[in-house]
Amino acid sequence: MAERTYIQAISDGLREEMRRDGRVVVLGQDVGVYGGAFKVTNGFQEEFGPWRVLDTPLSETAIVGGATGAALMGLRPVAEMQFADFISCAWDHLVTVAAKQFFRGGTPVPIVVRLPSGGGFSGGPFHSQNPESSFAHIPGLKIVCPATPEDAKGLLATSIEDPNPVLYFEHKHLYRRIKAEVPDERYTTPFGQARVHRPGDDAIVVTWGAMVHTASEAADELQKDGHEIEVLDLRTLIPWDKERVLEGVRRTSKVLVLHEDTRTGGFGGEIAATIAEEAFEDLDAPVMRIAAPDTPVPFSPPLEKAFIPQVDDVVKGLRQLVEY
Amino acid sequence: MPGLPKKLVGAVARVRATHLGTGDRCMAVREAEPAGSLQEVKEAGLDREDLLAIYRHLLITRGIEERGHILYKQGKIPGSFYTGRGNEGAAVGVGTAMGPNDVGTPLHRDMGVHVVRGVEPWRIFAQYMGREGGPTRGRDGNVHMAVPELGLHPMVSHLPAMLPVATGMALAFRIRGEKRVALGWFGEGSAARGDAHESMNLAGVRRLPIVYVCDNNQWAYSTPTYLGYPIEHVADRAAAYGFEGVVVDGTDVLAVYREAKRAIEKARAGGGPTLIECLTLRMEGHAVHDDAFYVPKDMFEQWAEQDPIERYRAWLRGQADMTDEEEDEITSAVKRILNDALERADASPLPDPAGLEKGVFASQEDLDTPHHK
Ligand SMILES: Cc1ncc(C[n+]2csc(CCOP(=O)(O)OP(=O)(O)O)c2C)c(N)n1
Ligand SMILES: [Mg+2]
Repeated sequence: MAERTYIQAISDGLREEMRRDGRVVVLGQDVGVYGGAFKVTNGFQEEFGPWRVLDTPLSETAIVGGATGAALMGLRPVAEMQFADFISCAWDHLVTVAAKQFFRGGTPVPIVVRLPSGGGFSGGPFHSQNPESSFAHIPGLKIVCPATPEDAKGLLATSIEDPNPVLYFEHKHLYRRIKAEVPDERYTTPFGQARVHRPGDDAIVVTWGAMVHTASEAADELQKDGHEIEVLDLRTLIPWDKERVLEGVRRTSKVLVLHEDTRTGGFGGEIAATIAEEAFEDLDAPVMRIAAPDTPVPFSPPLEKAFIPQVDDVVKGLRQLVEY
Repeated sequence: MPGLPKKLVGAVARVRATHLGTGDRCMAVREAEPAGSLQEVKEAGLDREDLLAIYRHLLITRGIEERGHILYKQGKIPGSFYTGRGNEGAAVGVGTAMGPNDVGTPLHRDMGVHVVRGVEPWRIFAQYMGREGGPTRGRDGNVHMAVPELGLHPMVSHLPAMLPVATGMALAFRIRGEKRVALGWFGEGSAARGDAHESMNLAGVRRLPIVYVCDNNQWAYSTPTYLGYPIEHVADRAAAYGFEGVVVDGTDVLAVYREAKRAIEKARAGGGPTLIECLTLRMEGHAVHDDAFYVPKDMFEQWAEQDPIERYRAWLRGQADMTDEEEDEITSAVKRILNDALERADASPLPDPAGLEKGVFASQEDLDTPHHK
């Protein structure tokens, strides 16, 4: 075990997969000589050479479509979007080609697209988004959203092994802020298994990504008043751990669904609807949702602060919930 | 050919002409000549007053970005910070050639276009600092802004997503038979995306009144041109879309002006699109966080010798007899403008979060602008 930041854990995981599997290649803008905009692939080109760590032109379509073709020919491409926001430029190739290829042609598309996502540092409307729910709506794509260094590494290994297109959302605001012990050896973290970030029986927060940490800080506050809040980190949205969520709802009877993405059509709606369908009788309070308002991500600090759910917002929500 | 970048000099020797068959679609990728004497420049439509205005605009452009850089280091600008150092001549040159009713979508290296079109500098500082007084009222940051009343529309990050938009503006002019021209900017790096191809193809097919301006600063973040495109000039592609391509030294503001003017007036007269490639070097990192370690030192040294502002200043003194007094007057006026601008921007409040959700959808009243009449 060694203490690693979230971003170091991603680097470690990717390097390890490239060392053990010669089919794994990395492609994207500035991933080679520069080592990636966030330095995830720093030193990779020196180690693996320019044909396994490819600096591409500024061409998201060619990167994702190209990854699909290379995967069909037996490689295991890991494509990097410089920011998750730019995945919109490759929408067609993910949604039209990669997601439907196996269903139609029976040929798996084992690609991983790494997506530095999320806000919190005035990146503005185009460097801050959390577009996971748009893709969760597309059958055929898997969605991964690690919240801790250990999961970042383990989920990346699973993503690369997975025979399907996987969107790996790495939250930029966790990159250097979150540090924890990470096993040195290789391991995989299963998809579709939620992780209890902190235990509690008075209410449950269902969340993922950076909001896991926001929820945890809020739960600290509630603990001061004697309330034990469970923070459940979904870790992957497609597939998501419905059974574990329903178990938590049955046990606590009070649930808050929290995400950084905007509210309408966010993945929280899917979770809330499932709870309403399958655990309605177990609820002691209406399902609560906290999410960003339905606006683009604003740039100016006071606006961005109002946009991204803050610890205080979650504390307020949880108080309402436990007192209901 | 002194003053011209090596790459361009080599190419000047072998001007390639591509004939596409029909008479009026005979194409040539032309390497533009450097600016000449005062007489020549006057013939291109600039009087002495215009020439001094160009100098003032160049200084304001650089001044805004230099002061922005300081503000950033002082922690007064959130997020990231980009400049167009080295591209001031290209931006001011094209901006100066635009007509009053022309429109455009300048990018993150094109501050000079905003300046020439008359945006008040304090609003740019306010934009940088996320204040209510910036053109996006704190909704977006850095150069992601424009004042539509001045004929400019704000860029998005996604490059070159504004090219299809500029193309659509030209389409509107064509449909309505207006003698107006659209300008769309893109970098040599983002020339790789389909947006660039689709835009130019549509414009070529419909002979739209548009000028595409490629800011070729030879780097796309850390990516050199040889990993971005496999031909000598981006402008070589124009032939494939059935219109003319020109490469011009982007550090020569007057040569850029001349080529832009020519292309704009040609488009206005119904002659269709032109692709102008302005060759420069990005004289700083991609953004402030980037030390540009990957750019060879001698490349910076070589291009530092043809700083667009220094170059133009020397021309003004040599060819247009700019006096010490004139120069001092311009320099101190610019200083004053920028000092006042900073003060005014700093007095502009941060936006009130209460209004955040109001600005997402337009109402019928919002259509009541000069653009929609
Ligand atoms: C579609 C898209 N992908 C990635 C980026 C991230 N990015 C911002 S600027 C840049 C380099 C752009 O190079 P170029 O087009 O040459 O313009 P320059 O910045 O050099 O002026 C990149 C990769 C982006 N803005 N848009
Ligand atoms: Mg460039």
